[in-house]
Amino acid sequence: MTKLKTHMGRRAFIKNTSLASGGLVLGFSILNSCKSEQAKEIAVREMPKEWFEMNSYLKIGDNGVVTIYTPNPEFGQNIRTSMPMLVAEELDVDWKDVLVEQAPYHADKYGFQFTGGSRGISARWEPLRMAGATARQMLIAAAAETWQVPKEEITAEAGVLQHAATKKSAGYGEMASVAATLTVPEEVQLKEVKDFKLVSRSQKNVDAKSIVTGRPLFGMDIQEEGMLIAMIEHPPAFGLTLKSVDGEAAKALPGIKDVVTIKSFKDGYEKGGFDTNAFPELVAIVGNSTWEVMQAKKKLKVEWQPITAYSETIAGFGGKQTINIPAGLESTTTHKSQMEALAAKPGKVVRKDGNPEVAFKNATTVLERSYSAPFLAHNNMEPLNAFAHVAGDKAKIAAPIQIPSLIIPTIASSLGIPKENIEMDLPRMGGGFGRKAYAHFVVEAALISQKVNAPIKLVYSREDDMTNGIYRPTYHATYRAAFDENNNLTALHVKAGGVPESPLFANRFPAGAIDNYMAEEWTIDSNITIGAFRAPRSNFMAGAEQAFLDEVAETMGKDAIQFRLDLLKRAKENPVGERNDYDADRYAGVLELVREKSAWKENDATKHRGVSAYFCHNSYAAHVLDLKMENGKPVVEKVVCAIDCGVVINPDAATNMAEGAITDGIGNAFYGELTFQDGVPQKNNFHQYQMIRMKEAPKEIDVHFVQNEIDPTGMGEPPFPPVFGAVANALYKATGQRHYEQPFVTGKQIVG
Amino acid sequence: MAIFNLNINGSEHSVDVDSNTPMLWVLRDHIKLVGTKYGCGIAQCGACTVHLGDNAVRSCQLPVSAVGEQKITTIEGLSEHGDHPVQKAWLEIDVPQCGYCQAGQIMSASALLKRNPNPSDEEIESAMNGNICRCGTYTRIKKAIKTAASSENV
Ligand code: FES
Ligand code: FES
Repeated sequence: MTKLKTHMGRRAFIKNTSLASGGLVLGFSILNSCKSEQAKEIAVREMPKEWFEMNSYLKIGDNGVVTIYTPNPEFGQNIRTSMPMLVAEELDVDWKDVLVEQAPYHADKYGFQFTGGSRGISARWEPLRMAGATARQMLIAAAAETWQVPKEEITAEAGVLQHAATKKSAGYGEMASVAATLTVPEEVQLKEVKDFKLVSRSQKNVDAKSIVTGRPLFGMDIQEEGMLIAMIEHPPAFGLTLKSVDGEAAKALPGIKDVVTIKSFKDGYEKGGFDTNAFPELVAIVGNSTWEVMQAKKKLKVEWQPITAYSETIAGFGGKQTINIPAGLESTTTHKSQMEALAAKPGKVVRKDGNPEVAFKNATTVLERSYSAPFLAHNNMEPLNAFAHVAGDKAKIAAPIQIPSLIIPTIASSLGIPKENIEMDLPRMGGGFGRKAYAHFVVEAALISQKVNAPIKLVYSREDDMTNGIYRPTYHATYRAAFDENNNLTALHVKAGGVPESPLFANRFPAGAIDNYMAEEWTIDSNITIGAFRAPRSNFMAGAEQAFLDEVAETMGKDAIQFRLDLLKRAKENPVGERNDYDADRYAGVLELVREKSAWKENDATKHRGVSAYFCHNSYAAHVLDLKMENGKPVVEKVVCAIDCGVVINPDAATNMAEGAITDGIGNAFYGELTFQDGVPQKNNFHQYQMIRMKEAPKEIDVHFVQNEIDPTGMGEPPFPPVFGAVANALYKATGQRHYEQPFVTGKQIVG
Repeated sequence: MAIFNLNINGSEHSVDVDSNTPMLWVLRDHIKLVGTKYGCGIAQCGACTVHLGDNAVRSCQLPVSAVGEQKITTIEGLSEHGDHPVQKAWLEIDVPQCGYCQAGQIMSASALLKRNPNPSDEEIESAMNGNICRCGTYTRIKKAIKTAASSENV
């Protein structure tokens, strides 16, 4: 048994009597219009007359219905199902009796409500189970007190408390009123993984019915009494800022209320790591309906002017950091030549094992390859949007964002109101992938609402969304391998960089498996903003590294999987260096599993298969991808995938996410690309930006999980990065040509 | 501005809008049926798909003035209780991730099955190629369409 101190925040256990009077706990009503189908179905059965709050994560109705407040915002990973499953497992309640509500932003009650970095489940693994287990223990204590029997003799299962000797039995609902008055136990016991009844068994998405019937769930769907629609006009190019605006023609159009300008930051405001914003001064146009505002937006007469270079200090996760923003209008062609120039010079050495210089000098052969990838736009299906109603010194906000707590200080500062006066609901996001961690659009919505003194919903057009910045950076990596006269690998050298960040992870595999190893990096400043994009940096490095290792294995005449396993064996038995941040056994585990499940054969001439494996966000993933050429186009026939992310909470949902990550990876490897000309993004909508569609998606995906009882680790990101390598390696088998430059398909003729 | 009388999901709605207003925004902003989604506004993503009569159309490209007497069905009106065979198949396969594209996917899929109750893989791919799913649920969508096709009363 795992015994845990109930060190949850005191606030999590404060019993608010007003909540026991029934009704919903949400502070205000925005999301009530988005009541789920699930709630409707339970309502049909009968909603409780009274609710009893056990802690901030759950309340129990007098009829045994349980409401679980899921703390983190949802963007499609299905944590609105898997997080409540953790609570319900330990509470031991019938899943059919559970109603899931999205918790609003509330740091005291719900801790760090952060959806990103594949951290959701791992960060909530203990606290959510503890919330359930604590409530269960309190229900048992309530029954013991009511029945005057020792609590050790009481069992609690599927929402029913029983005392065998006296044949007494009661539903949770009957004991909830007493339980809610008891002291919170200081220690609780959590179940062993092997005793789970709900967790690790696939449960359907609690929101699926609402989704397939078109219920209002998303930020974009919010409608409030008196709400106006706002849109913004940002500079057409990076490196420009607002000079002046003439909004008269726009204002004269029907339905238009106002044209205003806003400034996202107060002068001297110290930004956080997620305050990234290339366009802090904007024109906003406000009107009655989206279409009217869209039409009037075209009539704005705006003058833009060049920015001047500046430096700023950002207080990010990793402490304070100074970044330099150059002036000028940047182009992709210039980025490319700048990157190639820096790649040819020595970089900053981040790790060095053995004596790589000597090994390369003494090498019989050296293999050197360079890899590159372009900027990528996130292109979430739901364009950026936010609802805000600022009245006096109070703000009500509904924001489809990934990290609410980190934007609250900025909103407070920019509006000039106390942080405590901001209430924020967290509607479902129509995709996030990192983009919605950067919540500048919420600040914008709040400022616009304040200026026009009305509730507004800020809506980005697709074009606004795609050209606003916060992209996956463009990257470059050069790998070199040294071989001795017997064709043994004696040294490996990686030098990587990008605009404006380096993608390098110096301590990841194959570091630790090679005696002579060197990792260097470099960066190029830019005024094009970047941000996290599903598995940041890994999403490039994995592809480059795994494609290079494939070529190294081929040079050595080794099987691609066996070669990797040999390196991992070395890393496990006799590791080089001490800072290797992966577990060689678990790494090998996914390769072995994918080898078995894909029926991998060495030098299989019947298929064009590529293998790739990677470790990131504390999880391991490996893919074998089969591809064929049809009319000069690659068709992915099948992908077999093996993942080790510890305990899998909701296997079918995790499988869905892996399928999505694989499809996403193939799409971006084939087509993903955003280029710039004089600061202007060269694509602004899906007629130009090619997204993977059903015809190009894999015909079959087969996902397997390593079965173990290790605490769960990341799942949203880890299956994504290795896809790029698997695609590159399979493409080589199918075409006889190695592909070094992403995207692999767009604008290029692939010969097959 | 002009008054348009529309038949949406079997009920009459009257709206006073500019005649060029796309049905997407009439539905979302004026009739408050927000199940139909905005994704691109240029007929490239399929998020806004509705039925005009029996055909799947992109409502972002359908001016309100072009509708006339034709019946419009949105995701909210596809079935009374969310039990259209395509919706049921979507639930059985548990298709959605973020869910934003799914109303459009379901409207395209249900129109396909109405005119072709037993589509081949290629026919499914062709009919669904205008619907982007950023989350990459394509393999499940295809499976769900086949599940719906094999169920009765499509
Ligand atoms: S919004 Fe109509 S097709 Fe994209
Ligand atoms: S489920 Fe997210 S876009 Fe399709």
